[in-house]
Amino acid sequence: MNMNAASVATVDAHSREFLVFSLGEEEYAIDILKVQEIRGYENVTRIANAPDFIKGVTNLRGVIVPIVDLRIKFHLSKVEYGGQTVVIVVNVGERVVGIVVDGVSDVMTLTPEQIKPAPEFGVTLSSDYLSGLGSLDDRMLVLVDIEKLLNSEEMALVDHITE
Amino acid sequence: MDISDFYDTFFEEAEELLGDMEQHLLELDIDDPDAEQLNAIFRAAHSIKGGAGTFGFDILQHTTHLLENLLDFARRGEMALRRDIVDTFLETKDMLHDQLDAYRNGQEPDADAYDRICKTLQALALQEMGQSVDGGAAPEPAPQPKPVEAAPESPVASGCLNVVLLDVSEKDRATLVEELGNFGKVVSEQGDAKRYVITLETTSSPDDIEVVLCFIVEPEQIEIEASAPSVDAGKGVVEVSSTAEPSAQVVETAPKAAAPVTQAPAKPPTSKPKAAAGPAKSGAESTSIRVPVDKVDQIINLVGELIITQSMLDQTVSEMDGVAHGSLVNGMGLLQRNARDLQEAVMSIRMVPMDYVFSRFPRLVRDLAAKLNKDVELVTEGKSTELDKSLTERIIDPLTHLVRNSLDHGIETPEKRVAAGKPSTGKLTLSAQHQGGNILIEVIDDGAGLNRDKLLAKARSNGLNVSDNMSDDEVWQLIFAPGFSTAEQVSDVSGRGVGMDVVKRNIQAMGGHVEIVSRPGEGTTTRIVLPLTLAILDGMSIKVGKEIFILPLGAVLESLQPTGDDLYAMAGDDLLIKVRDEYLPVIAVQEVLDVANANTEPTECIAVIVQGEGRRYALLVDDLVGQQQVVVKNLETNYRKVPGVSAATILGDGSVALILDIADMHRLSRTKKEAGRLRLPASMHKPMPLKEVEPS
Repeated sequence: MNMNAASVATVDAHSREFLVFSLGEEEYAIDILKVQEIRGYENVTRIANAPDFIKGVTNLRGVIVPIVDLRIKFHLSKVEYGGQTVVIVVNVGERVVGIVVDGVSDVMTLTPEQIKPAPEFGVTLSSDYLSGLGSLDDRMLVLVDIEKLLNSEEMALVDHITE
Repeated sequence: MDISDFYDTFFEEAEELLGDMEQHLLELDIDDPDAEQLNAIFRAAHSIKGGAGTFGFDILQHTTHLLENLLDFARRGEMALRRDIVDTFLETKDMLHDQLDAYRNGQEPDADAYDRICKTLQALALQEMGQSVDGGAAPEPAPQPKPVEAAPESPVASGCLNVVLLDVSEKDRATLVEELGNFGKVVSEQGDAKRYVITLETTSSPDDIEVVLCFIVEPEQIEIEASAPSVDAGKGVVEVSSTAEPSAQVVETAPKAAAPVTQAPAKPPTSKPKAAAGPAKSGAESTSIRVPVDKVDQIINLVGELIITQSMLDQTVSEMDGVAHGSLVNGMGLLQRNARDLQEAVMSIRMVPMDYVFSRFPRLVRDLAAKLNKDVELVTEGKSTELDKSLTERIIDPLTHLVRNSLDHGIETPEKRVAAGKPSTGKLTLSAQHQGGNILIEVIDDGAGLNRDKLLAKARSNGLNVSDNMSDDEVWQLIFAPGFSTAEQVSDVSGRGVGMDVVKRNIQAMGGHVEIVSRPGEGTTTRIVLPLTLAILDGMSIKVGKEIFILPLGAVLESLQPTGDDLYAMAGDDLLIKVRDEYLPVIAVQEVLDVANANTEPTECIAVIVQGEGRRYALLVDDLVGQQQVVVKNLETNYRKVPGVSAATILGDGSVALILDIADMHRLSRTKKEAGRLRLPASMHKPMPLKEVEPS
């Protein structure tokens, strides 16, 4: 949409493309190569005894896919489901997971210079799951390492070896 | 394309061929071998040799070559089969299998084993041929070097070979003689067009000669034998086999090969074994193709989607005016039928006959019986009964264990059998048959049967709670307890007691169950009941709150509406229901699965009596929706194991419904109760007329 001219000019082999989405007022971004598709939020079957941010499972063309609401996970105050609510279906490793966000805004190309290291202070979102902060003029994008986040133990999406 | 792309095909084919070979070897009647069977065994060896040669698996090629030579003698009746010879063949087959595995894993096969089997085969060849070939082919006890073909580059002692040309025209004959001249000195030539014998003094191996001659005539027109005065008769004779064998192959598959002489197929020598390998398998494979399972699963998924779309359309069309849209309604009817047929057809792709499982037992039984000094006859019934592929793979281990048990503990030694007035040969029957939506697999032996007293004594010494007036069935169930074995001695066959509980668990994991019927002195029958497929389940859909869940129909015994009189509280927070003089625990689905807006009043719910892992209890649900076949979808593909839930399925409207795990629901309820999160509603002694609800 409002593709930054500077970033286009500096596209090189090390630039990476990100899908930008919003959670409330905050802007987050994930590696576009992990994104499979974007769809509306509908027909989610609740799963009992799962953490509240796991909304349930849905049928994605015959495949059962879990749906995670990142807004709940990140403790956002306002969690509403409406026409704008979007599910980003991502491929992490061998798995397919849908994440609920407030909206998808942009596909951005970031050069290595625009990616700043994430400060180590996050409690809700540990910096372990961030690949950095994207700086674009006056915007700040939180670059989430979605694969690491979704495979983490606290997301409870994967059976971690406990036995 | 790289040749290694074909490796996998070769490995799979070779494995099948080895399987065939073993089967035929086991079926062989040693006293009166069936020529067709010998041919089949021979062809299998030959095909593997051909493939191994093409891909450069030297050790495999050489081993099969030696085996093939011997088989050829047997096939032509020049070698009398004995049991030990068949054993050697079987051993070689195992070795070939090991070699194949090694190649598959990119390793070189075990050289020592290879040397050993080569020596065994060579010794056998020499010994046998020494007896059956007359004249100068005196047995040479001295250890022979490897037969020439495997190492054609190594120098070979000069010998005389008789090259026999059958049905070769004069013109070709002249060319052939000329060619033979290149190999050595033509000593003599005589005969007519039908049979022309050329004696050649040469250092080349018969195979090399044959390969060259094959440029000019068909391989079956050539026979090469060691000439009587050969210095190396033993080896020459060993080689004979490899030269004559292609005839059977080619004649069988290419009728034109019988046509005379003038044909001069110029096949490159390397392709020859492959060409010969072709026909042997073409018969079996022309009617089937090899498809990866995930492709089939993908089709099953897509068809499932199609069915859902179709039922959605159906819903829309049913609301339309049937008169105005008559052809649309008709079309929908047709679509529905076709879609169902398609689904059925696709599901049947996954089904494989039980023969796939049973075929590996003749060998096992034979080897084990020999080891245990027992005579056992194996009978298999219902080999064509079909079962889902994934289940056949998982049933092999439990069945193997049961068969081993029957042989070790069940069937007695011949002496004991005779003493007990039974035929000395024990009988082990493996049978499979369909029974409703299930498959029933039985392992039946006519052995001694289970010993009730011994089982009880053993159970006591293991600290299990047993009493003398337990029913037989209950006693038999004891052997499924962990660590239970009554074998007096631990053998390497069985007796460690780690088996039966694992068998039971494996079978339960497949959604089946196992039971035992035994009569002292008459034998034991182990019965395994399995669902036909894991991909489809007969389910009962139930409603709790606004949510739909599926119960496996197999676990549902009955459903009824409880009255206050039937319900009893126990220890404050447990609820029991009395059904036909039996008190069953009550588990409310809405509590265990935290369903919102569900009916919390037990007397307004419906109690579905279910049974899982031997436990019976009542599940409280709001409503019964209906009974339907559902396609089972794994939750763990993208998510994780969910307590109380075995899998998921997709309903007609495209939404996901969870399939409840009956045994796990019970566990989940207990853990939740222990965590103190479950509280029963206080009011439950409200009288209400009993109303039976038909399980729909």
